[in-house]
Amino acid sequence: MATETLSRERVLEIIEECGGDKEHLLSILIEIQRECRRNYINEASARVVAEKLDIPLVKLYDILTFYAMLETKPRGRYIIEVCNNAPCYVSKSHVMAKFLRKELGINFGETTPDGLFSLQYMPCVGACNIGPVIKIGDKVYGNLNEDRIRKILNELRENAQ
Amino acid sequence: MSKTMQLLTARCGKIRPDSVADYIAHGGFSALKKAMNMDPMEIIHEVIDAKLLGRGGASYPAGKKWKQLYEIEGTPKYIVCNADEGEPGTFKDKVLLEKDPLSILEGMAIAGYVFQSHDGYIYIRGEYREIQKLFQAAIDSAVRANYLGKDIMGSGFEFNVHIVSGAGAYICGENSGLLNSIEAQTGRPRVKPPHLAEVGLYSKPTLVNNVESFACVPQILNMGGKAFQELGVEDSGGTKLICLSGNVNHRGTFEVPIGGVTLRDIIFDPEFGGGIPDGKELKAYHLGGQSGPIGFPEQLDTRYDHTSLKKQGLSIGSGAVVVLDDTVCIIDYLKKVSEFFLHESCGKCVPCREGNRQLYMILHKFANGLATEKDFERMERLSFTMATASSCGLGQSATAALDSCLLHRREEFQAHIDGICPVCLNSRKYGDQYAY
Repeated sequence: MATETLSRERVLEIIEECGGDKEHLLSILIEIQRECRRNYINEASARVVAEKLDIPLVKLYDILTFYAMLETKPRGRYIIEVCNNAPCYVSKSHVMAKFLRKELGINFGETTPDGLFSLQYMPCVGACNIGPVIKIGDKVYGNLNEDRIRKILNELRENAQ
Repeated sequence: MSKTMQLLTARCGKIRPDSVADYIAHGGFSALKKAMNMDPMEIIHEVIDAKLLGRGGASYPAGKKWKQLYEIEGTPKYIVCNADEGEPGTFKDKVLLEKDPLSILEGMAIAGYVFQSHDGYIYIRGEYREIQKLFQAAIDSAVRANYLGKDIMGSGFEFNVHIVSGAGAYICGENSGLLNSIEAQTGRPRVKPPHLAEVGLYSKPTLVNNVESFACVPQILNMGGKAFQELGVEDSGGTKLICLSGNVNHRGTFEVPIGGVTLRDIIFDPEFGGGIPDGKELKAYHLGGQSGPIGFPEQLDTRYDHTSLKKQGLSIGSGAVVVLDDTVCIIDYLKKVSEFFLHESCGKCVPCREGNRQLYMILHKFANGLATEKDFERMERLSFTMATASSCGLGQSATAALDSCLLHRREEFQAHIDGICPVCLNSRKYGDQYAY
């Protein structure tokens, strides 16, 4: 369930639910991010994690800025990630990328004005056999064409209401 | 006559992945039973005789790795499975993780027994979130049935497997970067020596093997190392999962006996790639992942085994085969490869960080018709420096694709200097930043 910001209590719960220790740090951070409506980890949440797991805050930010799945700035409700690695590129991902820019009216790295969609590139997620591929949340969509993409976006728009 | 072989993929799609009962009905856990009545050194000899070369990409002899770890003193020892699968064009570990997770667990448990290790880790990339949940279900089933956890099969031996998630970093597929990631740090690789067998996870002796490598272990024990070796060729035994993608009719994962097929079979045989769609011609194929070499039509009759490919300057790597048709511009493709490494470089060492950046800029010059003859020398020098002086495998192999193209298709680069690349002229890419 996505909320605007997570309470301290919720962050501590997530830490426990994910294993409660440093080994599960990345799972914890990914889960915190998932529950945040704007798909990022804010400083308040980062501080709770740093304190609970006894990691210096600056070291935690080293980790937050290193891993591509983690984001420290607010984004849209749905992050549309487009694979732009070689196998998908050769399967014409750039055509689909151009279409998405046009359809959403934003460039890569931006969020739609209604805060619903963010568009960004992502590295290969091992779905090259159905490329070109996009990922929204945990779901990977392949064998795409313009109609399929429009359908996916409309379903998400309806969901958001 | 079929050229495929169903060894690792025999159960895939035929069993409920997390069902121990299904797994056992299809021969599962018989290898673990057998192993626990063997001497650890006997097991290691089977793996050596099997000539199992690591299936993750580096192709390091697994038996040698196991023997090295066995001879090192220190407890505890850790068994780690690399399920990061970040090499673009590779999606075969995914198949095993999703459809036959217990085979991987059995392999890890056998390794646990050999090294008297009680804790195994499987590092599954963050993007495979649903697979992580499924794998946990498989672990739980195995624990409930006493094939994992405390007192395995009443033997008193304990072996636990913990799942650790990645979070989007190709460099975490590098074994030492992976261990750093488990230790709640950034995934920047370590300086080696000391090797992971001596100083691994939490500075303890550690075995790190790929998903497919672990899946091979029960097969080796069941049929015997020699029989496994005989499925392949003299210096590389068993089967290999290959992943076809790109401009090819049938994209997906296939299992082939090592050396039992040629590159031509893989791309054109209807059992595998089935040829190039839309009436196009084959231009090239990228083997083993982004860090692998590119092969060309004149090399198609090479047998798909480690030695035969090496003689051609090619390699198996992860098993990826990305097929490129004649609408692909080689320079444009190499730019994509370079972009990948530039993004994924951890940034720690100058040859890789700056080398990748400089190469990317030079490839951009070629793509835009702004390169000169001097750029050949610059690229060659950069490639040599990176291959020799980079701190880890990423920097060392980032230019493999570029090198094979400079060797076999120098004319493509020349065509860009002269502004006459037919593909680019056709798609009007010259001067067009092609930004999207």
